[in-house]
Amino acid sequence: MARMPVQFRLNGSDRAVFVEPAETLLGTIRRGLGDFAPKFGCGQGTCGVCTVLVDGEPRLGCLTLSVTCEGRSIETASGLADGPTLHPLQAAFMEHFAAQCGFCTPGMLMAAKALLDRNPNPTRIEVVEAIAGNICRCTGYEPIINAILAAAQQRGARRA
Amino acid sequence: MPVNVRIVQGLQEAAEILAADRGALLLGGGTLLVRAINEGVMTEGTLLRAVDPALLAINAGGARVELGAGVTMAMVLANRDLSYLHAPARGIGGPAVRTTATIGGNLFAATPYGDFTAALLALDAVVTLHAGFGGAREMPLEEMLTNRARGGVGLVVSVGFNRPVGADAFRFLKVARVRPKGVSVLSIAAHLPQNAGRVSGARIAYGAMGPTPLRAKAVERVLEGQSLDAATIAATKTAALEGTMPATDAIASEWYRREVLPVHLGRLLAGETS
Repeated sequence: MARMPVQFRLNGSDRAVFVEPAETLLGTIRRGLGDFAPKFGCGQGTCGVCTVLVDGEPRLGCLTLSVTCEGRSIETASGLADGPTLHPLQAAFMEHFAAQCGFCTPGMLMAAKALLDRNPNPTRIEVVEAIAGNICRCTGYEPIINAILAAAQQRGARRA
Repeated sequence: MPVNVRIVQGLQEAAEILAADRGALLLGGGTLLVRAINEGVMTEGTLLRAVDPALLAINAGGARVELGAGVTMAMVLANRDLSYLHAPARGIGGPAVRTTATIGGNLFAATPYGDFTAALLALDAVVTLHAGFGGAREMPLEEMLTNRARGGVGLVVSVGFNRPVGADAFRFLKVARVRPKGVSVLSIAAHLPQNAGRVSGARIAYGAMGPTPLRAKAVERVLEGQSLDAATIAATKTAALEGTMPATDAIASEWYRREVLPVHLGRLLAGETS
């Protein structure tokens, strides 16, 4: 089967790759482009560890075919920090002990970023809804919810 | 031969390929078909990705509503004219699933998935199919679901239905063990048009109570011409299970689904659900 060319932006950088026709975006990002932040979990769209942003919308990398991402802008957790400066969400996750084993963290961060980019001042219920597709099996959801709310508060304080 | 992907621009070309190649399937958002590839269920064949704008069209402002098959659950949720469909759309996966899961894909989701289709069934939706060389034709959703198992349905272009009249005329309930996102134990959609306080032309549909979403015709008969009082609701609960064929799966047993369906139907009709 002939490989297909795909071009997209990954965390602000233009990338051009050849992919297998049915290759997932997650596979392309990890194996093809060496960004190991999004993880492979269930492969069913259930766990959310592969969550990335496609044109600002949360998508599951394991269920998205790379060939459907031509010309799109992809964001992963690798692109959150600005050099040595952590993204407010990353800092809040650290300060609120919202990452234990860390496996779900890249997906949680991107689901949270999608929420805060759209809704800078979410309610607790909106945060719960935003990460409803992301499973955490060790940290527990409360520290994660608190971290996202704290990051929103901090960003709001910076804007004020 | 591995799975191939073909990207086609027009519906006609996509429909012709589907008609000529029984191994070809239309790719919606990928939540079903890419999952099948990941699980090794689909190891060969062709996925067609049609990028025709007609698949993304939303015409929801008037009395007749038309939704393209490629419209996602997130697009439904973003449209205020479709507020009566927000509950079933919100019941599909988490936010990252809803940005890709399409209406057309949901029509083909195996039980216990397909809750949005149950909602469409209660709205008496008609599916517009592009069967290839013969052009487009319409088919009641109920008939399409019956034909689904045999395959060769054709390319689903859009679904159409009449907008429910009145804020309380359309109700939806999804029962899941995990909130806010969990696979259905069952779902119930009810379209309850009323005339002078009496139900007229009710449509009740279940998700996860059979191989496909199905109409609860016995309940509809009970409701016809009645007011939604305690006696009527009690009668619907007695008729609730007629025609159902629930499965036992990891979410619930057949027995459990049968046990809880009448209870939830009663609550939905009584307006006791949030």
